[in-house]
Amino acid sequence: MIITVASGKGGTGKTTVSVNLAHMLGSKVQLLDCDVEEPNAHLFLQSEPKEQTVVTIPVPQINEGLCECCGECAKFCEYHAIVSFGTTPLIFPEMCHGCGGCSIVCPKKAIGEIDKRIGTVETSEVENILLVQGRLDIGMAMAPPLIRAVKNRLQQGLPAILDAPPGTSCPVIATLQDTDFAILVTEPTPFGLNDLKLAVAMMQEIDIPFGVVVNRFGVGDNRVHEFCKEQQIPVLLEIPDDRRIAEAYSRGELIVDALPEYRELFQGLIEKTMHQFNTQTA
Amino acid sequence: MKIAFTTSGNELTAPLDPRFGRASKFLIYDLENETFEMVDNQQNLNAAQGAGIQSAGTVTNSGAEALVSGHCGPKAFRVLMAAGVKVFYSEAGTVGEALDAYKQGKLTESNAADVEGHWE
Repeated sequence: MIITVASGKGGTGKTTVSVNLAHMLGSKVQLLDCDVEEPNAHLFLQSEPKEQTVVTIPVPQINEGLCECCGECAKFCEYHAIVSFGTTPLIFPEMCHGCGGCSIVCPKKAIGEIDKRIGTVETSEVENILLVQGRLDIGMAMAPPLIRAVKNRLQQGLPAILDAPPGTSCPVIATLQDTDFAILVTEPTPFGLNDLKLAVAMMQEIDIPFGVVVNRFGVGDNRVHEFCKEQQIPVLLEIPDDRRIAEAYSRGELIVDALPEYRELFQGLIEKTMHQFNTQTA
Repeated sequence: MKIAFTTSGNELTAPLDPRFGRASKFLIYDLENETFEMVDNQQNLNAAQGAGIQSAGTVTNSGAEALVSGHCGPKAFRVLMAAGVKVFYSEAGTVGEALDAYKQGKLTESNAADVEGHWE
């Protein structure tokens, strides 16, 4: 089973939920940090990377001897990675999504591909957790291909928890693809509610069963709960607004280790998630 | 010869938009006939990425041989250079003032982008 922890909003506690959930499972589990622009799951697992692989995407290279400047490649590219005005095409590798379409539409077969490095994938192992994390190189904008490279490390037959990037854009969709269940983390504030609504609309669009975790329960107001009730979205867990949790987080400690009284809460999250998965997919 | 100006309005008294890639419109002024037409750039204004590249394409396709704007980023500049469009920077408040400055030869042709990508 693959569970993705997502949220419409950054800083709501996705990583907190992901790492504590993975740790509480007890059995062997894969934890994939798909927030490749800012991976931070490793901060809570104090792991030394065991293996690091460079990830590349293919970007076009024009053979000027063959190119007749017809502009077909530029017309095809939706991402403005190739521009041509009856001249030899200009290439902007930083805009390229590596789809390879330009080389297919070129009537003169003048476009080859070269590998462009976008980041790395690191794997490590801490206790029961097999951690895989993507790290996008500084200045790179193409997170989805790197996220897919992280997900290519998924081992069949082992439960997996995917820590998604914040928001509702391409990198989040790339993370959510082919997952079985999503946990949306939010906080009971107007900002949390606004972004939860966006995330819920996204979930309904891609049709993956999901539930909500309310972090910092006790701050803000009741509207997140009212929204969930109205939309019949199950609230899987409420994490209290407890200063000690923030302190443990800032020291890079797991809540379930630093504050054992919360173990039961996360155990409950596992059970409710399984229950919801079974009910919603039945 | 035609010159493109970045703007948010529809006439010569409209402000000159200091941004190039995300300017909402281009005023294309025809120096011979002393007339102008408007080219919409709304689509690029909201583009997730590649606004500068696409805007440079729009200016080129309008037939303009020069661009007057507040600033220009590196990708847009590369496209404009490849298309043979000259780039002039101006701090004028309106399109009309920038046009006057151009006519009086007060603007100097630039040979480089003056801001980073994603500048705004």
